[in-house]
Amino acid sequence: MMPQILFLFFAAICVAGAINLVLQRHPINSALSLVVVMASLAALYLLLGAEFVGAVQVIVYAGAIMVLFVFVIMLLNAGAEEQSEGSRIALWIGGPGVAVFAGVLMWLVTRGDDAIGKAKVGGMISSGDNTHNVASLLFKEFLLPFEVTSVLILIAIMGAVVLASRKES
Amino acid sequence: MNTTNYLIAAVVKIALVIFILLTGVAYTTWLERKVIGRIQNRWGPTRVGPFGLLQPLADGVKFILKEDMIPDNVHRGLFILAPMLALVMSLISISVIPFGEGLHVPMTHQTTPLQITGVPGTPDHPMPTDINIGLLLILGVTSIGVYGIALAGWSSNSKYALLGALRASAQMISYELALGLSLVGVLMMAGTLSLREIVNTQAGSWFPGGPLHLVPHWYIFPQFIAFFIYLMAAYAETNRIPFDLPEAETELVAGYHTEYSSMKFAMFFMAEYVNMITVSCVATLLFFGGWHGPSLPFLPQLLQDLLPVIWFAAKIFVFMFVYIWIRGTLPRFRYDQLMAFGWKFLLPLAIANIIVTSLIVAWRA
Repeated sequence: MMPQILFLFFAAICVAGAINLVLQRHPINSALSLVVVMASLAALYLLLGAEFVGAVQVIVYAGAIMVLFVFVIMLLNAGAEEQSEGSRIALWIGGPGVAVFAGVLMWLVTRGDDAIGKAKVGGMISSGDNTHNVASLLFKEFLLPFEVTSVLILIAIMGAVVLASRKES
Repeated sequence: MNTTNYLIAAVVKIALVIFILLTGVAYTTWLERKVIGRIQNRWGPTRVGPFGLLQPLADGVKFILKEDMIPDNVHRGLFILAPMLALVMSLISISVIPFGEGLHVPMTHQTTPLQITGVPGTPDHPMPTDINIGLLLILGVTSIGVYGIALAGWSSNSKYALLGALRASAQMISYELALGLSLVGVLMMAGTLSLREIVNTQAGSWFPGGPLHLVPHWYIFPQFIAFFIYLMAAYAETNRIPFDLPEAETELVAGYHTEYSSMKFAMFFMAEYVNMITVSCVATLLFFGGWHGPSLPFLPQLLQDLLPVIWFAAKIFVFMFVYIWIRGTLPRFRYDQLMAFGWKFLLPLAIANIIVTSLIVAWRA
């Protein structure tokens, strides 16, 4: 009973944060709503028993990436957004789009297809120490993709450095 | 353990830990004023109580009674949220810190851990355990605490506060990397993320039996470089001198909390000191053997039982004293020096330390 209540609680906060993120006019409110979404996602991971993923979610997304977002918003002193013609078109197309997407998702989930798989509250606990599992997957099974991704990120960092240090001629 | 017992134990522990923690915070401010005073050849507080010992109480009363100002044109919601966020996040991280082995409760026949989130020992497993991501939780909660400072500065609608907040976020993001990486060496040697197990691996001596058997099995000895990096990064994370640029009073009035008064200011103040205690706790747990220390068999039984907690508190006290000592000794860094020190010196050093440690760990395995 308790896990279900916790799941519904954090899921509700997550969805509310996501909706608030879109509805808010001011960038800083939107960014903070995204932080709420990230934090409640971390709580959902914890409920699954994936405590390592939950902790990393908070450290990386809520703690590092979103702090950078807020930092940039503060630095540029970005004000409230205005509604333009383009955003009205997006509303007309986006509304039905969301409805169709949610419908397809609902249909897939309620069909209970085995191909999607099922998550259970605390389902990851039985499979042993989370951190060890993630580590052995990353460094044994998926070593090459992991290393290639690291190189990719390194290239992106170097690109950023080159762009930032280019002198205006 | 049934739910009622669990809830009672949890509430008692939370109340006790927060009471002791906040008292510790209050008397750290007293200690700071006293020690800084002596370093600068003055007396510090002397008027309120013997040795000025009641000064923290007087300060507390003053904070509560002061007018709570909210300036015009601030972002009201975030202005009120920011100090709450800062204090709550600093208090949460104390919940995973183990203060000692465990305490046998005769009523429930269980060994309850001296830790808010610990799992009590059962007859099968008499030793208490704790969550195996304790350290990551502290890092995560600390990184959320940045929002308290950042939002305080932004919502104040004042240029000094905004500059302080910008400095704070940039500084904390930069030093978080070095802080996290400095802990990796210890984690590789201990092989776990659970704070309780990390402490347990530090029992005993590095050279058992030999003439050097008094050298404890603390990770400070093989990981002294990591400890240096951790200490520097922790000072920067807690915005203390020599890294107190977010609130540099000679440049920014008071930095991110310029516009705050009364209890809201006190909450930032408390958050800063609680954070200092937390990073001292982590340093003690990871580098200085936590609650392990020499046993003193001549003491009475009651003190013997409390000895681990006393050792733990003594180590924390040493760290707090060093904090104050450094504040009284070192000048503030310039901003470009701060960034260069973090990115060009501490970060490469931390990575080199990880590489060397992992090579040695792999060679010995």
